[in-house]
Amino acid sequence: MAYPIALLSVTGLSASKSAIAVRGLQKSFNDKVVLDGIDLDIKQGTVFSLLGPNGAGKTTTVRILSTLTKPDAGRARIAGKDLNREPDAVRAAIGVTGQFAAVDNLLTGFENLVLMGDLHHLGKRESRQRATRLLEQFDLVEAAGNSLATYSGGMRRRLDLAMTLVGQPKIIFLDEPTTGLDPRSRRTLWQVIRDLVSQDGVTIFLTTQYLEEADQLADRIAVLDQGKLVAEGTPAELKQLVPGGHVSLRFRDTAGLNRAARELGATGRDEQELTLQVPSDGGARSLRSLLDQLDRANLEPAELTMHTPDLDDVFLALTDHTGRPRSVSITENGADR
Amino acid sequence: MTAATYAFTDTRTLLHRNLVHALRYPAMSLSGLLMPLVFLLLFRYAFGAALGAGVGGSYINYLTPGMLIMTGTSSMVGTAVAVCTDMTEGIVDRLRTMSISRFAVLAGHVLGNAAQALLSMGVLLGVAVAIGFRPHAGALQWLGALGVAVLTAGAMTWLAMALGLSASAPETASNLPMPFILLPLLGSGFVPAMSMSPGLRQFAEFQPFTPITQTLRGLLLGTHIGHQWVPAVCWCLGLAVVGYLASRWLFDRRAQL
Repeated sequence: MAYPIALLSVTGLSASKSAIAVRGLQKSFNDKVVLDGIDLDIKQGTVFSLLGPNGAGKTTTVRILSTLTKPDAGRARIAGKDLNREPDAVRAAIGVTGQFAAVDNLLTGFENLVLMGDLHHLGKRESRQRATRLLEQFDLVEAAGNSLATYSGGMRRRLDLAMTLVGQPKIIFLDEPTTGLDPRSRRTLWQVIRDLVSQDGVTIFLTTQYLEEADQLADRIAVLDQGKLVAEGTPAELKQLVPGGHVSLRFRDTAGLNRAARELGATGRDEQELTLQVPSDGGARSLRSLLDQLDRANLEPAELTMHTPDLDDVFLALTDHTGRPRSVSITENGADR
Repeated sequence: MTAATYAFTDTRTLLHRNLVHALRYPAMSLSGLLMPLVFLLLFRYAFGAALGAGVGGSYINYLTPGMLIMTGTSSMVGTAVAVCTDMTEGIVDRLRTMSISRFAVLAGHVLGNAAQALLSMGVLLGVAVAIGFRPHAGALQWLGALGVAVLTAGAMTWLAMALGLSASAPETASNLPMPFILLPLLGSGFVPAMSMSPGLRQFAEFQPFTPITQTLRGLLLGTHIGHQWVPAVCWCLGLAVVGYLASRWLFDRRAQL
């Protein structure tokens, strides 16, 4: 991979404001290395998102940090507690919502929530009050007394997250929480997550395949690929890792396209689509100068679109295994490197 | 509260959960009752007259204790399936990420399923009495019989827990207890071990369910037990311990995955 492992902020494990601090986490299954030395430092009250293709080790990371799986090597402090030595203290501080809804299918929604309250030793009254409140918050009041057999996928996910919140955890692990949800349910969950962070100061560890989700929610993002972190930073910092901001100009005919290509000295052209791609930082100044150039050459494109690199570009570029650097926002036939 | 009282309240909470499951799906909870009940009726009305001569007395009296023990073993299917389903459905993973005693998760299951097995035995006993079973037991013998039933249910439930935990899918879990269901048949469940062919007779005499059945039969019918109760109790406790240790090991092993 040609990209630098950039922006890794390395601080000590004892950093006081860290909700999750991880050093040298390793895990293999049989001979397959799944995690190959992961370092993380996640500040309290922030949303951290772990991105990666399928099989990159995201779920394994969550399972290890939530005490479900033992690492082969490495240390982690979660809410200030040592993962290996005080797993029960870690469990008391965390909540986990996994990829598949971890709900009791034979109980009703209300009973599921009360079960969580009882297991957190809240007492009967408090358990019931909290269950009622969460049912309201997650729009499950009408279905509260129904068996989960009647719940839709979105309702199960909401109930799952509500169950995680019963214990009022300080740190919440969300492993692909919106996979398979419709856009509306997804947005509802996003709002819940935002509120948790802004109102309750909860720390969120989120894995997702939806880059838009990470872009929307995360304060910091790390990209995991083949068991290694290949980049970490804010969404804006990550986007700077890939070139590929450009303006795409479409013309009415080949003559226009050819003339524009000559005038602008641009190389990214697509004969079929009659488009020309001009590198651009997306700023108003460079756009104005481009338009001026077109004006002077008496060229009028049929359509002009701006393309700024998004996390999709970053993701694809960082996790490309073909062995050649590739700037994915540029079409294949006219890649400008 | 201390860790021990937490373990106790957690066990109670999870036992309650399992009993709610059982009440909501009685078909599954009482599934263990079906086979011994069918055998009871079949052997009482179809084969009983012919077999009665071989046991020297009322065949329903001879048969019932064996069917009670068989109810204990056939209840293993429901337990194994319930545990395996629980493990594969993610709810247990949730429990494991919470600050709950590991023991409570297992104990909640065992107590709930053992209670169902005992209830099934009670129903079978009621049916047996209705169709002619006439026990001759005093208060002390009844207490002893209850003890044997509890020991059997406990041992079978712990074994079923281990089988359910070892299975990757509920379908597998439902098949694994089969040997235990058949074993009472190859003991003194239907006919005296003495009447079997030599090789089988030796097997019957040394397998766990023969002394267990004989002890229960002796207690319920007021007949001679001799020293049979010693191997019976030892087998039950031994099987329970094996089941418990295997369950714990299997449950903890999942943490390595």
